[in-house]
Amino acid sequence: NKNSCVEAGIRGICVGRCKSKEAEIKRINKELANIRSKFKGDKALDGYSKKKYVCKLLFIFLLGHDIDFGHMEAVNLLSSNRYTEKQIGYLFISVLVNSNSELIRLINNAIKNDLASRNPTFMGLALHCIANVGSREMAEAFAGEVPKILVAGDTMDSVKQSAALCLLRLYRTSPDLVPMGDWTSRVVHLLNDQHLGVVTAATSLITTLAQKNPEEFKTSVSLAVSRLSRIVTSASTDLQDYTYYFVPAPWLSVKLLRLLQCYPPPEDPAVRGRLTECLETILNKAQEPPKSKKVQHSNAKNAVLFEAISLIIHHDSEPNLLVRACNQLGQFLQHRETNLRYLALESMCTLASSEFSHEAVKTHIDTVINALKTERDVSVRQRAVDLLYAMCDRSNAQQIVAEMLSYLETADYSIREEIVLKVAILAEKYAVDYAWYVDTILNLIRIAGDYVSEEVWYRVIQIVINRDDVQGYAAKTVFEALQAPACHENLVKVGGYILGEFGNLIAGDPRSSPLVQFNLLHSKFHLCSVPTRALLLSTYIKFVNLFPEVKPTIQDVLRGDSQLRNADVELQQRAVEYLRLSTVASTDILATVLEEMPPFPERESSILAKLKKKKGPSTVTDLEDTKRERSVDVNGGPEPAPASASSTPSPSADLLGLGAAPAAPTGPPPSSGGGLLVDVFSDSASAAAPLAPGSEDNFRAFPKHPRISAGGSEFVCKNNGVLFENQLLQIGLKSEFRQNLGRMFIFYGNKTSTQFLNFTPTPVPRCGLDSLTRTHLNLQTKPVDPTVDGGAQVQQVVNIECVSDFTEAPVLNIQFRYGGTFQNVSVQLPITLNKFFQPTEMSSQDFFQRWKQLSNPQQEVQNIFKAKHPMDTEITKAKIIGFGSALLEEVDPNPANFVGAGIIHTKTSQTGCLLRLEPNLQAQMYRLTLRTSKETVSQRLCELLSQQF
Amino acid sequence: MPFRNFKIIYRRYAGLYFCICVDVNDNNLAYLEAIHNFVEVLNEYFHNVCELDLVFNFYKVYTVVDEMFLAGEIRETSQTKVLKQLLMLQSLE
Repeated sequence: NKNSCVEAGIRGICVGRCKSKEAEIKRINKELANIRSKFKGDKALDGYSKKKYVCKLLFIFLLGHDIDFGHMEAVNLLSSNRYTEKQIGYLFISVLVNSNSELIRLINNAIKNDLASRNPTFMGLALHCIANVGSREMAEAFAGEVPKILVAGDTMDSVKQSAALCLLRLYRTSPDLVPMGDWTSRVVHLLNDQHLGVVTAATSLITTLAQKNPEEFKTSVSLAVSRLSRIVTSASTDLQDYTYYFVPAPWLSVKLLRLLQCYPPPEDPAVRGRLTECLETILNKAQEPPKSKKVQHSNAKNAVLFEAISLIIHHDSEPNLLVRACNQLGQFLQHRETNLRYLALESMCTLASSEFSHEAVKTHIDTVINALKTERDVSVRQRAVDLLYAMCDRSNAQQIVAEMLSYLETADYSIREEIVLKVAILAEKYAVDYAWYVDTILNLIRIAGDYVSEEVWYRVIQIVINRDDVQGYAAKTVFEALQAPACHENLVKVGGYILGEFGNLIAGDPRSSPLVQFNLLHSKFHLCSVPTRALLLSTYIKFVNLFPEVKPTIQDVLRGDSQLRNADVELQQRAVEYLRLSTVASTDILATVLEEMPPFPERESSILAKLKKKKGPSTVTDLEDTKRERSVDVNGGPEPAPASASSTPSPSADLLGLGAAPAAPTGPPPSSGGGLLVDVFSDSASAAAPLAPGSEDNFRAFPKHPRISAGGSEFVCKNNGVLFENQLLQIGLKSEFRQNLGRMFIFYGNKTSTQFLNFTPTPVPRCGLDSLTRTHLNLQTKPVDPTVDGGAQVQQVVNIECVSDFTEAPVLNIQFRYGGTFQNVSVQLPITLNKFFQPTEMSSQDFFQRWKQLSNPQQEVQNIFKAKHPMDTEITKAKIIGFGSALLEEVDPNPANFVGAGIIHTKTSQTGCLLRLEPNLQAQMYRLTLRTSKETVSQRLCELLSQQF
Repeated sequence: MPFRNFKIIYRRYAGLYFCICVDVNDNNLAYLEAIHNFVEVLNEYFHNVCELDLVFNFYKVYTVVDEMFLAGEIRETSQTKVLKQLLMLQSLE
């Protein structure tokens, strides 16, 4: 058997795969050299050998190696009369698409011959190739021919199917090249075809065409309705091989229902009646006892049901159907299948925006709130939040906002900001009582201050300023909230602003007299960041106007060195100007300058704008807007979904990259790769992975592009990322440093499906030659669990102490057993001297004074080098800051130069460091100068930083 | 699972993940079952399929994919019809 020889050859290549990357590359290169010599040899190869070698090249390519030859041999195979040779030829050129115009001409010529061959197998291969490549050149050559094949009376069914989808692909990539013509009306009638496979393929084509040309394809509505009606009313045996686990033609039903979503409800009452009957039948079937316990049965049935509900929502015209849909989804909210609960919440969100079903959705509020509290899967909880947001109105706003606030205390960090925005929007939108609004926002800041963006606290201030009925209450409430010993900086901002405007409204009470208000705010002052302190200074000057009795106290504060001589220009300027203003201006002038803020103009809530931006406009319902526009652009647009595995290799390789695939939360434990796939069939319920896995998996914390870090130089200026990756193992890092101490989290991910045994990672400091006796770095860690399950990840914490300056980075040695073999991995840990760098701000004068003090030749190290990266000022700045030094602006007389300063902290000493980087754009060179009090430090820092540019 | 501007629907069989990348509006359950339908065809075609069958016969797997999915759409869902076609093609080898 000739084919098994090819298989044997591939097995041969495969054997090399397990040992190591190097061994694989060696084996592959040998094979490539062999194939190259065969192709170049004087002896003409027969078709079989050519096929064998082209197939091997393809396999090598799919293993991830570049292939830059063999195209011509593949093209030669296209003209073979043997199916196997032709198939491999087509596969090669579909996977390794080449833009060489001469090759394209030859390929198109071969395709043309096959299309004209009247051999259905060859026609199929040619059509699949066009559909998979879908290039403009192919559209130019075949956009006229394919429709003819599609509607010709004597075309075989399987060829028709391929032709329909081939035409769809060409239409998506080059709509301008596909001429509409008399074939279009005949295509619509394919919906009536006897062969359900033809109908399945044609429905996709018609749906896409109808989206762009609704008028021309209008007749498809009645045909689709009658086809759908025949399917849903059929007995489960009628459709024979199109029945899937007792569900008649589920995929075709879904496609027909999607086609109908391109149009409004049918005008013809007969068609409309028939469609309503279909939809009712589908809803009725959902209530019937299942015909099978298998998950395939219920999934297929529910796929149709959800699509029917989508259509009902799209039409938004039959209150009866909308309410029934809502009740059906309500039942799913408590279903044991996570997927169903997720999908039900998702669909209900759209139902909530229909005026007919909004009330019906609201009846499920308790179930949804319960889901928020009890769901294990974060993505389901997220959908519950979305649904609560969508069903919120004046009648239930207080309850929903309260539930969201209490959920916020435990919510996943990833979705907190979004919940904060939603709460803020709902509280504003449905506030009957603005005291409640103010309380809600202050609670928001208390519970999740870090996630309250500027838009949110700006907005509360705008509202308080615009509504005079709430100002007194707001002043009282912020005053009380500020009493807490630890309050969030955002609260200080809101409190400062509101008391500055309306503090007078509560000043009558001796417990909140002007002086008490001032002292309260000022007690927070020193803990706040510069922008907040700037805001508080403005509050103080407003107080000078509101409360003349505290003027001397405030003037004293402004006069203090920490204000008037503050290193921050903005603070200093405010202090100087406010002090002056309070001294020279008359009461009248003060009152005019510091008058209460005028009302803000009403405009779209900036928070809503932010939420829209965050989630994309289509996913946020403007609550005013009850009717949601649903996007019908299903598969449309010129960009094809990269779902076709054979069209381009890179997306599919990416999809299957196990490193990127999170471990599914349910399902049987992975067995070895060679195990029977079908083991699982007996227990399929557990094989269905949730559509929406939790985001807790740690793999996602890291960027997905695997690469082996070259000596860790990319980590010099950053602390997190993927340190190492091979076929078995991925190592990720997160680290933080402070003075001479550091902590590093190392994550080891097992990329295989097999356990690692005796897994022992050990970080060890390396001794430089100079110090056999001294330790420069102390590393402390605990051993990790010696067993790492397939797909699992373990974490190791390393505590680092820098004793004295050092050159050699420590090494991480990892040993473990995988399958039968012992694996050994050693990587450098990116702990470099600059990690113990603390930035120091200083003035130009200080800088140059110290620079001169360090003029001893041993203290200076200079390096002149060629730029390895584009010379971009912003990137350079970011790198200097990432390196750990302060970036000193306006110190160097030449603004193109960069200067920095900082201190290297070790246990035994602190070394001050100054650096200067002078770019020369014309020569694409840099000169880097380091001056420190210690020669070895200057030397090492200069080496480390030079690699970065 | 969201992926760029699309979503990925996947199903796990022992150590293998079958993933399909579709538009965000596409019907989740329909594609989840399309994966299963595909795997059942592979199982029938390779007689108790295992991972190595897919590796060594990758070019046949492409043929199965093309029979069932083309241009990013579901082309044929009948297992009987797909298998019949595959056996016919096999007989040409």
